[in-house]
Amino acid sequence: MEAMPGAVALGENQMSNDGTVRIDATGIHYRDLNARLRELVAEGVQRIELHNVCGQRYLGTDLRRPVQLDIYGTPGNDLGAFMDGPRIIVHGNAQDGCANTMNDGEIIVHGHAGDITGFAMRGGKVFVREDVGYRVGIHMKEYQEKKPSLVIGGTAQDFLGEYMAGGVLVVLGLGLKADQYHRANFIGTGMHGGVIYLRGQVKDYQLGKEVGVLEPKEQDLKTLSQLVEEFSGYFGYNAGEILRAPFLKLVPLHLRPYGRLYAY
Amino acid sequence: MKTYLKTRFIINRDPEKCIKCQVCVRQCGWDVHYYMLELDVMRSRDEQCFNCQRCVTFCPTGALIIEKNPYQYSDNANWRPEVIEDILKQSETGGILLTGMGNPRPYRIYWDHLLLNASQVTNPSIDPLREPMELRTFLGRKPDRVQVDPSRVSIATKLAPQVVIDIPVIFSAISYGAVNLNVHESLARAASEVGTLFNTGEGGLHRKLYKYGKNTIVQVASGRFGVHADYLNVAAIVEIKIGQGAKPGIGGHLPGEKVTADVSETRMIPQGTDALSPAPHHDIYSIEDLSQLIFALKEATNYTKPISVKIAAVHNSAAIASGMVRAGADIIALDGIRGATGAAPKIIRDNVGIPIELAIASVDTRLRQEGIRNQASIIAAGGFRTAGDVLKAIALGADAVYIGTAALIALGCHVCGGCHTGRCSWGINATNPYLSKRINPDIGAERLVNLLRGWEHEIKDMLGGMGINALESVRGNRLHLRAIGLTDTEMNVLGVKMAGT
Repeated sequence: MEAMPGAVALGENQMSNDGTVRIDATGIHYRDLNARLRELVAEGVQRIELHNVCGQRYLGTDLRRPVQLDIYGTPGNDLGAFMDGPRIIVHGNAQDGCANTMNDGEIIVHGHAGDITGFAMRGGKVFVREDVGYRVGIHMKEYQEKKPSLVIGGTAQDFLGEYMAGGVLVVLGLGLKADQYHRANFIGTGMHGGVIYLRGQVKDYQLGKEVGVLEPKEQDLKTLSQLVEEFSGYFGYNAGEILRAPFLKLVPLHLRPYGRLYAY
Repeated sequence: MKTYLKTRFIINRDPEKCIKCQVCVRQCGWDVHYYMLELDVMRSRDEQCFNCQRCVTFCPTGALIIEKNPYQYSDNANWRPEVIEDILKQSETGGILLTGMGNPRPYRIYWDHLLLNASQVTNPSIDPLREPMELRTFLGRKPDRVQVDPSRVSIATKLAPQVVIDIPVIFSAISYGAVNLNVHESLARAASEVGTLFNTGEGGLHRKLYKYGKNTIVQVASGRFGVHADYLNVAAIVEIKIGQGAKPGIGGHLPGEKVTADVSETRMIPQGTDALSPAPHHDIYSIEDLSQLIFALKEATNYTKPISVKIAAVHNSAAIASGMVRAGADIIALDGIRGATGAAPKIIRDNVGIPIELAIASVDTRLRQEGIRNQASIIAAGGFRTAGDVLKAIALGADAVYIGTAALIALGCHVCGGCHTGRCSWGINATNPYLSKRINPDIGAERLVNLLRGWEHEIKDMLGGMGINALESVRGNRLHLRAIGLTDTEMNVLGVKMAGT
């Protein structure tokens, strides 16, 4: 955990000169913490720092205004679930269900994130510097201009992009050595929309049977370079270097993977 | 491949009465009827008929009768025609048999073996036409004890959010996409007029219907279609759909052809793609995880609404329900084996789950034994046909009842079971505009309101006959029920005594 900047009295909200409110979350139940966040956001506070966060769930869930939430410590499950607008920066790791059914906003995780990151996410952006857990990006979906992006710096576990119905999922594989493959099996299984860009190598058997592999085209590279540049900006990488390595583009073979399953 | 399947129905067209007006041609969603111009004759493709009776109902001269094909397979109790036909269908397609509506199999319908009581001599019956009769029902978590503030004669205890309904009958979850917007609007308007609720199902809520929000239960299912902050906040109740009586344990596939522009906007997925709901919620693998989603939704709605959790009635529903209550569910919705669907694998619909009567009784008993019955309301679903079924369910232990099929019948459904084709001639289960406009929300809402008003009067009549003037007094009061034609074990599970004892 990063050290708390400056001397902050514990327990009370502290408003600094730049309008940032600092809260020491030690021992505060998530319900009280979220209630306090709601109040602050309703008062029009634009930036909140939460220190000593330790497992509090649902942070950012019911804040429907553009506010920046800096989290120091480890937020609990369902960080930003159903979130609609705020920007959350986690200076540490996120747990399971990060960005669950998120509608809009941004989550930037300076560390790892757990299982089902980006579950049913339908808008906004999530950037994770390190690795993620199982079933990440499951059932992401898109509709017209609502198109979620999820960028993972490291690698992911099984069922990456399962049931994916839309959006962009990028896995950069930055921690993998030259001779290492991505770890996930069943990548994109049941996928019927959206796109996965994978940097690094996978064997055929690691891909779900509903997935086809293509070379990224110019438009793909444009999307990729935007996202990778944003990612690199947050985490101090050189985007050009990341983009020099080849990417695989994974797309669904069918919009209706189970259309022929039934007898009428 | 030549099909070995025989035509199920024969269209009998009386040439004396038929005036070749072709109403039948236009009314049939399955293109059964056609007119041959060169010969000036009406013909039909009988093999495409689902016997929905639309053409029969709308034929202006009464020239049409649909009959079962008298073709007889050889008598065999094991190899019944349905079994043979299913095997033929699969041997010709290799597919999972898909079907619509609720379980048609003759599993025991316990409602038909339960009888209600009435007052004679020892206490007076009540005439609801002249005396007040209370059907009002409060859905939500009730406190363990209530403190009264005597100075203000009001409750001092802080209550969890409660939703009031004037009649204990709610329209069950039917998703927009499975049915069209006119059906949803009919249900929403009827619910708001009668003072009850309609359930959106898992396909989101069209913006046009947001004004009926306080009469709406919105569902959050595994596909999370159309789930966003506005949707959650507009509703009276948010329901997590774990399972459905017609297809316990599996997800749903809304075929791409039903995902029209409007459906796609509400579900927030591209037009023409399949809407796939995974079998589980992938953020729920345990009671603890269920609790996590319940509280995620409570956080997302700032603790202002009851959160319901709906499960299919299965073998260990009672233990699961106990876990659900402890996980924070304010309402438990149970959907029995006769619960219907727009499309489900036949093998699941016909073989998985338990009757709702047994589930209500076992869940209510279990929650009482554990002293937590007050912590959640129970809404029962799955094949409720009459006000009698409703009152019996409440006497068994339910707080309210969901009706789906009965509501669709009010709108014209003839329970033909062709929903999965998406070509419903009554315009209920079709999302294409030509068929959809057959449901006029003005008329649809009126028919539904009429149905509920009728049931309301009947429930009051039955209650009055028992000498009871508030539904609350009969809730979970199984002494008002007696069984007829059931075994000791069945009566034991239902917690009712034999008629005559």
